[in-house]
Amino acid sequence: MTAKRIVSVLAHRLAILAYVAFALFPLYWLLKVSVTPNKLLYSEGIKMWPSRTSFEHFEFVLKHSEFPTFFKNSLIVSGSTAVIVTMLASLAGYALSRFNLRGKFWIVALMLLTQMFPLVMLVAPIFKMLSPLGLTNSLTGLVIVYTAFNVPFATFLMQSFFDGIPKDLEEAAMIDGATQFVAFRQIILPLTLPGIAATLGFVFTAAWSELLFSLMLISGNDAATFPVGLLSFVSKFSVDFGQMMAAGVMALVPACLFFLLIQRYLVQGLTAGAVKG
Amino acid sequence: MASIDIAAIHKSYGIHPVLHGIDLAIKDGEFVVLVGPSGCGKSTLLRMIAGLEAVTDGEIRIDGKRVNDLAPKDRDIAMVFQSYALYPHMSVAKNMSYSLRLRKTAKETIASVVARAANKLGLDPLMERRPKALSGGQRQRVAMGRAIVREPKAFLFDEPLSNLDARLREQMRAEIKKLHKDLGATSIYVTHDQIEAMTLADRIVAMHGGIIQQVGSPLDLYDNPANLFVAGFIGSPGMNFFEGRYMLVDGKPVFAPTGGVELALEAPANLSDGSRATLGIRPEHVVLGAEGPETQMAAIDLVEPTGFGIILHLTLGPVSLNAFTLDRRFLNATGTVAVRLPANHLHFFDESGRKV
Amino acid sequence: MQNGNPDDGFTCSPQWRISTRPTAAKKHLADALAPYLYSAPALILIVTVMLVPLVLGISYAFRDIQLLNPFSGGFVGLDHFRTLSQDQNFYRALRNTLWWTGWSVLLQFVFGLILALLLDKPFFGRAIVQALVFLPWAVPSFLAGLNWAWLFNPVVGPLPHWLFAVGIMSEPNNILSDPQLAMWGPIIANVWWGIPFFAVTLLAALQAIPRDLYEAASIDGAGPVQRFISITLPFLAPTIAITVLLRTVWISNFADLIIVMTNGGPADRTQIVASYIFTQAFKRLDFGYASAIALVLLVLLITYSMLIVVLRQWLLSKD
Ligand SMILES: Nc1ncnc2c1ncn2[C@@H]1O[C@H](COP(=O)(O)OP(=O)(O)OP(=O)(O)O)[C@@H](O)[C@H]1O
Ligand SMILES: [Mg+2]
Repeated sequence: MTAKRIVSVLAHRLAILAYVAFALFPLYWLLKVSVTPNKLLYSEGIKMWPSRTSFEHFEFVLKHSEFPTFFKNSLIVSGSTAVIVTMLASLAGYALSRFNLRGKFWIVALMLLTQMFPLVMLVAPIFKMLSPLGLTNSLTGLVIVYTAFNVPFATFLMQSFFDGIPKDLEEAAMIDGATQFVAFRQIILPLTLPGIAATLGFVFTAAWSELLFSLMLISGNDAATFPVGLLSFVSKFSVDFGQMMAAGVMALVPACLFFLLIQRYLVQGLTAGAVKG
Repeated sequence: MASIDIAAIHKSYGIHPVLHGIDLAIKDGEFVVLVGPSGCGKSTLLRMIAGLEAVTDGEIRIDGKRVNDLAPKDRDIAMVFQSYALYPHMSVAKNMSYSLRLRKTAKETIASVVARAANKLGLDPLMERRPKALSGGQRQRVAMGRAIVREPKAFLFDEPLSNLDARLREQMRAEIKKLHKDLGATSIYVTHDQIEAMTLADRIVAMHGGIIQQVGSPLDLYDNPANLFVAGFIGSPGMNFFEGRYMLVDGKPVFAPTGGVELALEAPANLSDGSRATLGIRPEHVVLGAEGPETQMAAIDLVEPTGFGIILHLTLGPVSLNAFTLDRRFLNATGTVAVRLPANHLHFFDESGRKV
Repeated sequence: MQNGNPDDGFTCSPQWRISTRPTAAKKHLADALAPYLYSAPALILIVTVMLVPLVLGISYAFRDIQLLNPFSGGFVGLDHFRTLSQDQNFYRALRNTLWWTGWSVLLQFVFGLILALLLDKPFFGRAIVQALVFLPWAVPSFLAGLNWAWLFNPVVGPLPHWLFAVGIMSEPNNILSDPQLAMWGPIIANVWWGIPFFAVTLLAALQAIPRDLYEAASIDGAGPVQRFISITLPFLAPTIAITVLLRTVWISNFADLIIVMTNGGPADRTQIVASYIFTQAFKRLDFGYASAIALVLLVLLITYSMLIVVLRQWLLSKD
């Protein structure tokens, strides 16, 4: 009996270990190559750790490439998208959670529909719509598009957080002398902070990762986001692996930081929204 | 402090009617308790007075002023919720002062008012805690404190004690009564608890199916229930009812329960000969072990000691009947017992359920 | 409401009538409008940036829209669809889509379920392990693609050498340039990237199963396997069904990894319908044709979803 238990515990831990290794190995390799000096890159190509490390690739990327611009653009786009989406989704999610909306069914149906159809369908029409407005090749255009894409899911997510807050609280606040909006701002929003954090993180990561629309809408380097920059870099200098991977590590950092900060909320909150949405 | 007038209030959710014309005038300083079975619309009425629920038809006046279209914040009433609804992210002090801060009251005034309320409720050592670090009773007190700091025109309570254990409930009940004496504020209190209703109320409003059945002092409702519903709802253990016919046999009043032996009555009732009626008597009014011509023998089915007294489950012919007594001799009673139904404690209800 | 009631001093006063009536009306209006004010910004955005383009996109499918050709724009009826029915590349992309979606979903689901089961048991350091194994989810998809492309590259990546060492490959080549194997590259990257999604969803569902059910079952003498079959699976089934359905649709539209890793090559062996649409729009700037393909894909996906829903209904009504 105990021997059987030990075997099963051991098997469990080994399986966990295998998953962790599988999850982390590619990222580890990215990091490893990015700190391998050029001279050792080919001679020690598949060693687990180079005999000497250096930050020369990072230095080059930061000083002599346009990645800082790409990075800044991506940060602006993802940050603005996250903030705007979270604001809009809080309002809309609150309305869905609290009010007896007429036409609520149609609103929910509309939002579900947007989650269903392939976004590639929109590549061409959105380009056609934005170009006369001068919003192609512009960060504003990207923010508008990303905001719209992320609002439906974020709304469902926020709604599930609001649903978890008893209605009594805002009624108490309204009796205490607050208007509905003040009750929303002072009582409900502070209690939804975990949900807001999860939504911010989720949207930021989604916007940071988006590739197709930024490829389509952005052509110059000035407004290029990180994915576009990295991809054009790859196609131009496809041999400079160290530099590419250093840039890759830089693209990874903000998303991972955000993720680690919010992952425990994600597990609670996202699934509720994910299953519903 | 203010009077509250409720005139011909109707409420429907969609096409589903909940309240059917409620009329009630509450005097300044009065303590009114709403009772009634679950789903009869007590909370709905309370929430309409608070402004949390729209009025479908009719008028609510506070201090003579129509408030139908006023937002809750402009009605100047306070409410204590069953869930307490304390703001989880604010300390006790912040919870209590929130309404004053919203009204932009001066800091010093807030501090002194909150301190006084805290003192009154024994909350002084807890002021910096968050609600989740409080016991149920303490939370209840904070909810009360939040209501009294503002000196509102009226207090509304929706089953404020129902989440507490029996002991604490007794204690808080007494405190609420004391508070009301101190403040003299107009209060409307919803409860399921008979004793709360009886002890706290100046007047009890018994509701059923969205209609007020009777309004009166607690003893009024107990002694003179206006109809079958009130008679059955007020009092515990509940009143005994026998359906049957009222008759005059040789000029003497008799009640014939359906399928049972005739009960000779000590006095005539205000009913016509042969009419269908319901006879009611409270268990505590059934006289046990009596002697005399009107006694009848009842079989003892079950004896339930409650500590304070004893409930006997009896059968009188085909009908069953409960009796309540303080006499410990009946603890081990078996077989049969002589019962008498004294005339001055009998209630008759006509076919429509109205008391006659 | 009766105005001018002589008993009531307030009601008679004309100021009262003027000042209160409009506020009452205004309050009603504000009450009625509030919910829409809260949701309007989100809705307006969704309608203008998603719904309008969707309708436009559908109309493009019947028009000749080429970005570089100023004379394009005319109505061409079903021409695009006629071309499409002859387009061998499209049929290949369709087959590839099936292959890509099927394997990706299957592997993500199986490994995700196992991971969720592993994480459902409490053990020391679970929070950290959870954060680490879910990390790939946070990796931007383009980076996941590049990262795996590099791992498959014999110059800097270890995978070809390992595959060669264990004898799976005859020489350490890049599988992404091997027409027979290329599709496995994006699939593996997709599995790596998508396991966390399934694991999180299933883990939440697992944790919602009341623990006392398991205890009751053990007391009744059920072993671990029986407990899994009689409690866990039935509880998970609805979540599994909906997650797999949504994920299938999503993955069949998910072109990022393919565009980054192989761009459809070699010899179109990894071109799926979604990446084909993108290529038509982005490289050839033929928006009309791209929209026609997209419309066909949409119809196929809707048909698939309907089929699943009907099938589910049928299965439910059977027992
Ligand atoms: N938002 C709502 N929508 C539809 N019906 C409602 C709503 N709120 C309450 N009701 C219905 O109105 C009726 C009265 O409800 P209310 O909450 O006033 O009952 P109550 O007397 O307070 O009951 P309890 O003693 O259980 O609290 C019930 O039948 C209830 O189902
Ligand atoms: Mg109630």
